[in-house]
Amino acid sequence: MDFELSDDEVALAEGMRRLCAGRFPLERLRASEGERVVVDPAGWAELAEAGVFALRVPEASGGLGLDMAAASVVFEELGRALVPGPLVSSHLAAGLLDRAGVAEGKLVVGAIVRPHADRDRTASVVPVVIGHLESLGLLLVVTDDGVYGIDPSALDAVPVERSLDPLTPLWHVQQLPEGEKIGGADEAARFTREFRVLEGALLVGMAAATVDLAVDYAKHREQFGHPIGSFQAVKHLCADMLVRGEVARAAVHAAAVTLDQPDMGDPERAASGAALLAAEAALANGKTCIQVHGGMGFTWEVPAHLYVMRARVVAASLGHLGDLAEFVAERY
Amino acid sequence: MDLRYSAAEQAFRADLREWLATVLPTLPPQPSYFDWPARRAYDTAWQKMLFDAGYAGLDWPIEVGGRGASPVEQLIYLEELELAHAPYVGVNFVGLLHAGPTVVAEGTPEQRARFLPPILRGEEVWCQGFSEPGAGSDLAALRTKAVRDGDEYVVTGSKIWTSHAEVADLCELLVRTGDEDSRHRGITWLVMPMDAPGIEIRPLKTIVGTTEFAELFLDGVRVPVANRVGDENDGWRVTMVTLSFERGTAFVGEAVQSMEFLRDLRALAQRTGAWDDVEVRRQVGHFGAELDALWALARRNVSQAARTGVPGVGGSVFKLALSELRQRIAQLGVDLVGPAGLVWDPLPAADGSGPLRNHRLVNTWVNGFSRTIAAGTSQIQRNIVAERILGLPKG
Repeated sequence: MDFELSDDEVALAEGMRRLCAGRFPLERLRASEGERVVVDPAGWAELAEAGVFALRVPEASGGLGLDMAAASVVFEELGRALVPGPLVSSHLAAGLLDRAGVAEGKLVVGAIVRPHADRDRTASVVPVVIGHLESLGLLLVVTDDGVYGIDPSALDAVPVERSLDPLTPLWHVQQLPEGEKIGGADEAARFTREFRVLEGALLVGMAAATVDLAVDYAKHREQFGHPIGSFQAVKHLCADMLVRGEVARAAVHAAAVTLDQPDMGDPERAASGAALLAAEAALANGKTCIQVHGGMGFTWEVPAHLYVMRARVVAASLGHLGDLAEFVAERY
Repeated sequence: MDLRYSAAEQAFRADLREWLATVLPTLPPQPSYFDWPARRAYDTAWQKMLFDAGYAGLDWPIEVGGRGASPVEQLIYLEELELAHAPYVGVNFVGLLHAGPTVVAEGTPEQRARFLPPILRGEEVWCQGFSEPGAGSDLAALRTKAVRDGDEYVVTGSKIWTSHAEVADLCELLVRTGDEDSRHRGITWLVMPMDAPGIEIRPLKTIVGTTEFAELFLDGVRVPVANRVGDENDGWRVTMVTLSFERGTAFVGEAVQSMEFLRDLRALAQRTGAWDDVEVRRQVGHFGAELDALWALARRNVSQAARTGVPGVGGSVFKLALSELRQRIAQLGVDLVGPAGLVWDPLPAADGSGPLRNHRLVNTWVNGFSRTIAAGTSQIQRNIVAERILGLPKG
């Protein structure tokens, strides 16, 4: 048993961090704030080139043949860098679809997992909200009984004037069409499991990024003649951020490994619990990061808000967090 | 990242599990919580059994009588003992987890030979003389003074929170050998025999009702210089070694125990009907997710220790998170039994379905208060995390 990152996993994470720093620095991402198309096809192709989508496609089919553990460290970096777009669903689609272009980054695939709380695909009061619709080549809808494909251009969707996350443009639609059935209940369960772990990895990356941001500010901002990070009231906020982030990170990594090595635990329970803790960590850390920045944290200029808003987007993709907790309870 | 155990690790687990299944049914009933001499006899007899079976000082080096096991085997050991409901380390805690590892790391060959074998065989019990009335979280403020007189130190002062003092043979003692205001630079680590003249023990009754701790009053107690571990005035560094061991794997058994406790709560909630309440189910699920995560974190910390050879600061993160989580789980427990959560005695269920086991919930709830205080308060742990991991400046 060695639950530290292997040398290969460390190298993979470092490579992805370098790519993100070079290709997706926050200043460059922020140039497309509020636009209807945020996913840049050239950037998406570079992610594909780096293997983000083909990571777990078998080598025989032209992929990298890596596992969930490797994917979790890669998506952590993508989350840390706030790379926008439906990264996880495109990655999962590459393994699911026998369709050219996904792994190569030519087809951007979105997904809505369990769109209705009542689990039977009937319409609810709240409309369906879809991110990055104009960039999508395919929209997957994953319910308990199967995975369905929908042509995004055929949707009668209305663009949203202002999205909470300025880097996730949104559309709303009252009802989703039936779509074409791509996979059955087993594929749907697997998609959901892996989706939870990798969305969790994005969230863990965001939780870690906000720790760095808050700590850096607390070291340099002085009041009462001292860096505010020397005051325990602020110091303890930062310590709690780290604890939440590290606990969630261990959970996401363990869930990823459990999906690879299912005799090491209950993959369903591990995936749901990890997604739950990762969402809470990213949301709480984002909020605390704003708090540590004081008034500056409430300005558009300081990026602290971008992490909270993206965390809301990713957490919302997981459905009601209480459902995840209940799911763990049923299997405990 | 690999969670699979090697063939050797699996064999270690299987042997240990088999041994536990053989010996545990032969143990006498546990003594009363309030009877310290009986608790000492019980805990040291268990330690002797571990020693005879080759499971004493599992992570201690072979040359000092330990098993030289890897950190991963240590984790398996703690997990299996907890799963099998083996006796708690009890009065052997300070010897096995504090003083012993310190002597292993910092003691002379003579000190190792004198002090380590009796700990492993359950022949000598240690207590801890670190904190003082004026030096709690601020340990470096301690004032108990030791003055050199020939080949002895003459020690005068007082200590507090000295666990198991009533039944201890030896005390790991921190004393001031430097100037009054020398802080970290003037502390020395001594081994004080508890039968030396000049020691007065005053038991402290805790909110559980037991005398888990005592106050020590030291009046001219003579301690041989040969009992000094490390150099004079180098005791702070020696102490940090001790504390890093304590915060390493010392609490992983509690994580395993908490998982079982939570499953019991789930069963209890199903019995009382509280399980129909979605909020109760969500709370149980949330606690379950957190315990799973902490178990993953424990495995990460152990893997780190296996690579670097020393327990890292990850122990502080684990201890902080687990101690606060235990309090929240215990709160759910006493909430589930309502007014029966006010009673220390075991009560029968009103519907004749057997014991309610409310006393266990009450015990865990009350003991929970100590978890965020002992071995470094949560506030001190947060300072450690902020200063040593995040690099924030000291206040």
